[in-house]
Amino acid sequence: MNLLDFEKPIAELESKLEDMKTLAGDSDKEVQAAVKALEKKILDLKKETFENLTGWQRVQLSRHPDRPYTLDYIYEITTDFIELHGDRNVADDKAMVGGLGTIEGQTFMIIGQQKGRNTKQRQMRNFGMANPEGYRKALRLMKMAEKFNKPIITFIDTPGAFPGLEAEERGQGEAIARNLKEMFMLKVPVICIVIGEGASGGALGIAIGDKVLMLENTWYSVISPESCSSILWRSWDYKEQAAEVLKLTGKDMLSLKLIDGIVKEPLGGAHTNLKWMSQEVKKVIMDNFKELNKLTPEDRISKRIDKFCAMGVVKE
Amino acid sequence: MADVIASANFQISKFSNQIMAWFKRSDKGILTPTEAKREVPDGLWFKSPAGKIVHTRELKNNAYVVPEEDYHVRIGSAEYFEVLFDNNEFTELDANMESGDPLKFVDTKAYPKRIKETQAKTELKDACRSAYGKMNGLDIVVACMDFAFIGGSMGSVVGEKIARAMDHSLKHKKPFLMISRSGGARMMEAGLSLMQMAKTSAKIAQLDQAKVPYISLMTDPTTGGVTASYAMLGDFNIAEPGALIGFAGPRVIRETIGKDLPKGFQSAEFVLDHGFLDFIVDRRSIKSRLTTLLKMLQ
Repeated sequence: MNLLDFEKPIAELESKLEDMKTLAGDSDKEVQAAVKALEKKILDLKKETFENLTGWQRVQLSRHPDRPYTLDYIYEITTDFIELHGDRNVADDKAMVGGLGTIEGQTFMIIGQQKGRNTKQRQMRNFGMANPEGYRKALRLMKMAEKFNKPIITFIDTPGAFPGLEAEERGQGEAIARNLKEMFMLKVPVICIVIGEGASGGALGIAIGDKVLMLENTWYSVISPESCSSILWRSWDYKEQAAEVLKLTGKDMLSLKLIDGIVKEPLGGAHTNLKWMSQEVKKVIMDNFKELNKLTPEDRISKRIDKFCAMGVVKE
Repeated sequence: MADVIASANFQISKFSNQIMAWFKRSDKGILTPTEAKREVPDGLWFKSPAGKIVHTRELKNNAYVVPEEDYHVRIGSAEYFEVLFDNNEFTELDANMESGDPLKFVDTKAYPKRIKETQAKTELKDACRSAYGKMNGLDIVVACMDFAFIGGSMGSVVGEKIARAMDHSLKHKKPFLMISRSGGARMMEAGLSLMQMAKTSAKIAQLDQAKVPYISLMTDPTTGGVTASYAMLGDFNIAEPGALIGFAGPRVIRETIGKDLPKGFQSAEFVLDHGFLDFIVDRRSIKSRLTTLLKMLQ
């Protein structure tokens, strides 16, 4: 079990509850009442904690070691999934996964950044930081989806595009830029969901969609709070403050009209109930797909363009 | 576990640092030295990084390139317009557009205060100006970034001005020239800045469909979110000699790989060698080169 600071008091009460249950028999009325009281206390504490999360706490939850990743959702929500590899030029980027999957009889092209669960996997997945090949693989799969008229789902979960020497040599900037441009012209519906971290251009590179949604405990911004702190305050100690001023939570992003909606997480966060969370994600995907499928490709494209072109605040 | 998270976080920070790298003045070496960062020579004499002293009038007559040394002085929109437009005649678009403060962003300074102070210092409204006019008699729309304004950072104003200038191109079927010089997206507008990458890319997709030529000129430096959007999306990607062009900044990459970077890494010549530029152009010949190019497309 991996616990964040604000999860600890809840976990302590929960283990106390377990002890109480094992020690006392079912018949003991006094203990039963105490169990009930404790259960209520836990629920109250959970509500109090999770309904008033700060920006920084949501950032922490988005990076929770137990947080569901792209493939976790894919395996939960699809009945069939065939992973497709490679950008056809240089390599297969393991930080970006994709393939064809079936949800309620409908085939989707599903693409997303993938993080690793243990040290070995993390290395293999490069901490979810894609190289240019990852973005080019994503684009190849999106073009394939367009060819076979299959809607696209992208799952965004990255601390950023990889800032490495080879990534620069092979055009990290160009790879992301091309995706932005090409995604606007895709004829099929595109649904993008931030499931963890949405860091800057690396996230945006697969996030141009008809619907862009964020799970409740995720963040999406131009920079991480740590880096923002180190640049603006010249110290790493202002990350909490930076997380507030960056307005990076789903609620903030929605009120700034930079995303289209928020997907609710179970009390305690997505990692506490993958089954429930996956059902919710599946429902959101199908609801949005049905709505988008009613539009013509031309309508979807012009709405997609208009939506992003309306973003920003200026004075004249 | 905590170590791994910390390391992951460290990676993130390293990645993101480059976006706003202009805030740190510590990056000597690969970047242009501080003394060269002066945008336009303000005195009567200009001293090049190599020590050559040139009269500013001579510099101006030489498209702000130090004679013999071929050093390209970092110039702003006013100078580029002068270099490109016939008789320096042009019509500016959205000249009064200014930044709002939608996030109520405060770090060591409130954002509106930072904007006001920078406006007073630079006599610019924001980090980009756009205009249309004639270049050797040909119609052209130009948007040009000003590095002097918070490191040429891209926020709502930059994104909106570029998008509207591209709209002007689309409407009148005039070729579009983008001159980039920027550290990347503007942190003080957070998510709004990020989405300017999307907005400008959408407009380029429309230019693409309308078959309106788009030329992207990258000058020193072009990095971060600007590289990862409009700068790399030209029908023709071109650059000035020696310009630093990249997604992540050199320091961030050095920290990531733990090794020194090869000489000339991320220079325009390096980027050309790796296949991401069509050609490198000397500022003294840019007007005639672009004219020839655009005539060939007519």
